[in-house]
Amino acid sequence: MTNYLDFEKPLAEIEGKAEELRAMARSNDEMDISKEAAALDQKAADMLVDLYKDLTPWRKCQVARHPQRPHCQDYIDALFTEYTPLAGDRAFGDDHAVMGGLARFDGKPVLVIGHEKGNDTKSRIERNFGMARPEGYRKAIRLMDMADKFGLPVITLVDTPGAYPGKGAEERGQSEAIARSTEKCLQIKVPLISLIIGEGGSGGAVAFATANRLAMLEHSVYSVISPEGCASILWKDAEKMREAAEALRLTAKDLAELGICDRVIPEPLGGAHRHRADTIELVKGAIEKMLAELSGKSGDDLVKDRRQKFLTIGSRGLAA
Amino acid sequence: MNWISNYVRPTINSIFSRREVPENLWHKCDECGTMLFHRELSDNLNVCTQCNHHMGITPRDRFKALFDGGIFVEVDVPEPVADPLHFKDQKRYADRMKAATKATGEKEAMLVVEGEMGRTPIVAACQDFSFMAGSMGMYVGNAIIAAAERAVELKRPLILFSAAGGARMQEGILSLMQMPRTTVALQMLKEEGLPYIVVLTHPTTGGVTASYAMLGDVHIAEPNALICFAGPRVIEQTIREKLPEGFQRAEYLLEHGMLDRVTSRTQMKEELISITRMLMRQEAPVKGDLPAPDAPVEQTKET
Repeated sequence: MTNYLDFEKPLAEIEGKAEELRAMARSNDEMDISKEAAALDQKAADMLVDLYKDLTPWRKCQVARHPQRPHCQDYIDALFTEYTPLAGDRAFGDDHAVMGGLARFDGKPVLVIGHEKGNDTKSRIERNFGMARPEGYRKAIRLMDMADKFGLPVITLVDTPGAYPGKGAEERGQSEAIARSTEKCLQIKVPLISLIIGEGGSGGAVAFATANRLAMLEHSVYSVISPEGCASILWKDAEKMREAAEALRLTAKDLAELGICDRVIPEPLGGAHRHRADTIELVKGAIEKMLAELSGKSGDDLVKDRRQKFLTIGSRGLAA
Repeated sequence: MNWISNYVRPTINSIFSRREVPENLWHKCDECGTMLFHRELSDNLNVCTQCNHHMGITPRDRFKALFDGGIFVEVDVPEPVADPLHFKDQKRYADRMKAATKATGEKEAMLVVEGEMGRTPIVAACQDFSFMAGSMGMYVGNAIIAAAERAVELKRPLILFSAAGGARMQEGILSLMQMPRTTVALQMLKEEGLPYIVVLTHPTTGGVTASYAMLGDVHIAEPNALICFAGPRVIEQTIREKLPEGFQRAEYLLEHGMLDRVTSRTQMKEELISITRMLMRQEAPVKGDLPAPDAPVEQTKET
């Protein structure tokens, strides 16, 4: 059962009708509906092409947040072997919004870290909807230190609405934890590659995405603030999120033009949530390529490469 | 309606009203409501003499008080691409910038300088909350990089006064990228073994707190400054309960281990001199108000 986004409503109707026809035909052998059903299928296919041909930034945000989009856990299950979760920040607790551990990618040991949003009510609550607390960032720092010590490449999968805005999170130093995690990303002498697989929400994303190479799925977004948040501050109206999404330039294409995103991974027609396995396979290819680009570089060069990348960012703006 | 009522009368009125009620001579404390004479207030660095409430202060006024004889030299900051995203909300970003420049007389939200405080050479950067809420965009990032580079070049400590509503939304993702960019700048200092001291002033929030404001060797805050990642209103909306009194204020953060000290603005200079000199393994400071160094620019290489 597909969860349709609001802009996919017309598509839902047509696909619903086709399904109804087929159901009727199944209960009645005499009926020949193949022609009508095929016509409806064709209409739906055309509409899907049309809808996804030129997604607006706000629609991309919706696709990026789609509940059936593959999440961190799905990528880890499909692309890594011997995944061994490692828990805790050794100071306060373990944050379930952040997955992390040792694993093998293409047979080679790596360290993988990512935000996990969960996929049903229970797991979403357990994962805090992918919004990490200071413990999550401190766990990531600890794991990055381990990777650095043992010379393992680090792969981060970013998918978060942002760091959790809660009382305890603030008391335990959310700001400091994010700042230290970003700092750690810049310090480690091993390859660090990052993929934005859904939402790259503000500081909560930067803390993992300050990498040598950053890839984004075509319909994922990366932004300083959510369109709703930006709209409520600058437009004084949270309903202006379409305008805000447009103005913020948060799409993979814009970020590639700004030199922030190094690689845009095209999504199959209709978005990652319609073609989960294919998308995961495409992400695999991107990871392989990015790791290959960095292999053979010395630790010092990797640190220098990362620094240079961020010092250079912003030297060009977007074309008018 | 004639020219007398339209032109002459308003002109006369404005002349007389200006004479009768001179502006800006008295300032009302935002906290306790005491009327403070402007000179008394500025002599006390915009700290209320009655209730110790710390009001906003411009980077220039802060530096005048911080440096010996009020003398400092500006450090050049590379100009970033203006309005890189061609951002427009209800107003155009370019227009907001013009208005901020006009209102403050500054070109951006951070001022970087070098000079001596208590004969201790430093580089200092100060964020200007009156310029678009001190928000961190490309310029502020460039300013911190320039400050760190200058500090490394002169082998001096860097003291940074933070104040910001957060990242500058009008620069979108580029404002977010100032978190790693400024962190790179601070690593240059770290590698040279140079102290980086942050003075957190009201308010320091969002991406600024979650990057360079929380990466100091020493964190000092001004009393009652709001310091947070997510603001109190956002948190109240999320958890749907009222936050305790003083939540996210300097004293609260001190209790929760995020700060080294909370220090009144009027004592800040003395404390910064003392800490900086110890970290730089220099002689104990000479107490008292020192005269300005004769030639601040030439003296910069001495310690």
